[in-house]
Amino acid sequence: MQTVSRSTPLSRAAMTVLLLIVVLMAAAPYWAGRAELRLLGEVFLYLSLATLWNLLAGYAGLVSVGQQAFVGLGGYGFFAATMLWGLSPLAALPIVFVLGAVISAPVAVLIFRLRGAYFAIGTWVVAEVFRLSFAQVAALGGGSGSSLPSAIVKQLAEGRDQREAVAYWLALGVAVAVVGAVFLLLRSRQGVALTAIRDNELAAKSLGIDIWRTKFTVYVATAALTSLVGALIFLQKLRISPDAAFSANDWTAFVIFIVVIGGIGTVEGPIIGTLVFFALRETLADLGTTYLIALGAVAIIIMLRAPKGLWGLVRGKRGLELFPLSRRVMGQGD
Amino acid sequence: MDWLNAILQGTLLGGLYAMFAAGLSLIFGVMRLVNIAHGDLIVLSAYLALTVAVGLGLNPMLALVIVVPLMAAIGYALQRLVLNRTMGDDILPPLLVTFGLSVIIQNALLTVYTADPQKLNAGAIETASVPLGPLTVGIMPVIVFAAAVGVIGLLQWMFYHTALGRAFRATSDRQDIAQLMGLNRAHVFGLAMAICLAVTALAGVFLGMRTSFDPAVGGTRLIFGFEAVIIGGLGNLWGTLAGGVILGVAQTVGAKIHPGFQILAGHIVFLLILAVRPRGLFPRMD
Repeated sequence: MQTVSRSTPLSRAAMTVLLLIVVLMAAAPYWAGRAELRLLGEVFLYLSLATLWNLLAGYAGLVSVGQQAFVGLGGYGFFAATMLWGLSPLAALPIVFVLGAVISAPVAVLIFRLRGAYFAIGTWVVAEVFRLSFAQVAALGGGSGSSLPSAIVKQLAEGRDQREAVAYWLALGVAVAVVGAVFLLLRSRQGVALTAIRDNELAAKSLGIDIWRTKFTVYVATAALTSLVGALIFLQKLRISPDAAFSANDWTAFVIFIVVIGGIGTVEGPIIGTLVFFALRETLADLGTTYLIALGAVAIIIMLRAPKGLWGLVRGKRGLELFPLSRRVMGQGD
Repeated sequence: MDWLNAILQGTLLGGLYAMFAAGLSLIFGVMRLVNIAHGDLIVLSAYLALTVAVGLGLNPMLALVIVVPLMAAIGYALQRLVLNRTMGDDILPPLLVTFGLSVIIQNALLTVYTADPQKLNAGAIETASVPLGPLTVGIMPVIVFAAAVGVIGLLQWMFYHTALGRAFRATSDRQDIAQLMGLNRAHVFGLAMAICLAVTALAGVFLGMRTSFDPAVGGTRLIFGFEAVIIGGLGNLWGTLAGGVILGVAQTVGAKIHPGFQILAGHIVFLLILAVRPRGLFPRMD
């Protein structure tokens, strides 16, 4: 009698620890100072972006260097929904999510015509089109952007501390939702298809997997969630401009470095990468450009020497998993 | 007449874009590599020319004598030492490594040259112009366009009439068989990148003479070059020139309609062509 098991003692322990961490983090507004809370919120938003980019590039093979298109779209969508259409901030969030999905579908149809590396640059063109277009929208401040009026911010909560706490909980919530959704997706039937595409696209196709549709679904879902994260980023910042909203450095370069350093094509990688990225940033950011040069160099060295990233090194040949994804056949003796 | 003028200026501008694109087209053709740092290498060339021109008191045109071989050497070394290790079926390593390279070059330029916009001063030739019927054309844009035509003609000739070109085409068709026939793949790739960056150096110097530049403008140049390649059709160098011209005309005509539309119009024409003719106007390869 053989059974298939997905969890291991390690993964069960890791999931328990993760649950404890989430509970601890949910209580952060009660134990952390204002500055720490902002930093943690930022960590969760980057964790979400990294997890989403990893799903796109690491699993679906869609290496985008233009995800800032959707971060910016989400940010601008949020400002438009609250400032122009008079929605409350919380009601605007689902609208932004839908907006991301609706806009990304025709974009996908168009840029899926480009293959491989040319797809990557195609996504960048789209991001530039979005940036230049939003710079023309006078109602949203044109090229210089606009600030969220305090009347709208106050709808979130009365006091400043409560507002910051709500913004933080939204960031934590979206991070948990994104990591959880990616984890559940990868455990599902579609996830197996996606993993097959990651490992060998031709073989996956010959097994009857509809590659185009799978990739399309992943692209649209990722875009919708990235837009939502973008809305939360600019809810935290309270100010938006085309250059900040569609910054290739902030929303793509850093995210790619996080995923590459942590380990692309794993659920654990983006989490580890985010922690390493913020640890480096908090200690070395004063170095300015030198810090960015070092970050680029580290990413290149990792790509050349250890393409599976830090998690790949830890994981080694034994296939350690914190998130139970793979299946193990257990004999009677186990 | 204004519109005719916009089209003429756009055509000449297209020559510069074709030069951005020619290097991209070459390395994609030979080794299927797309270099995300291509735009930053163009800007690097412009800065190197600036240092040479200011340091030695030369005209930027003469600085080419130093900058072109220097960039070619950098290209060969870059390919042999770094990029060759990323070549394979997986597109992720070359993409991410050149992306890292792009960030490194940009920030290194920021450290050395600061964010202040710079310009290469070519002297009186910059503003010289000749009348052409009712229109006036600048000498400089004409030189740039002629150089682009020359570069593409030369690359075309090299590809189809020299031993090196034969090596490129053989490697492009089947890397393993070319290796069996005695071609050293690593060396051939190194030479392709050297030629690519020699063209890039030329493009960078012309960019610097036409407009001001700063360390952050590389990304946009990469996009323009890439759009020219895709509009023209992969693997077709003359197509790339046509692609550059279409992009240039789209931008100048867009700017004529509304100053804010200049770059946007170029991108929109690119996306339209992608929608209607996904393989570009004159494709030669898949």
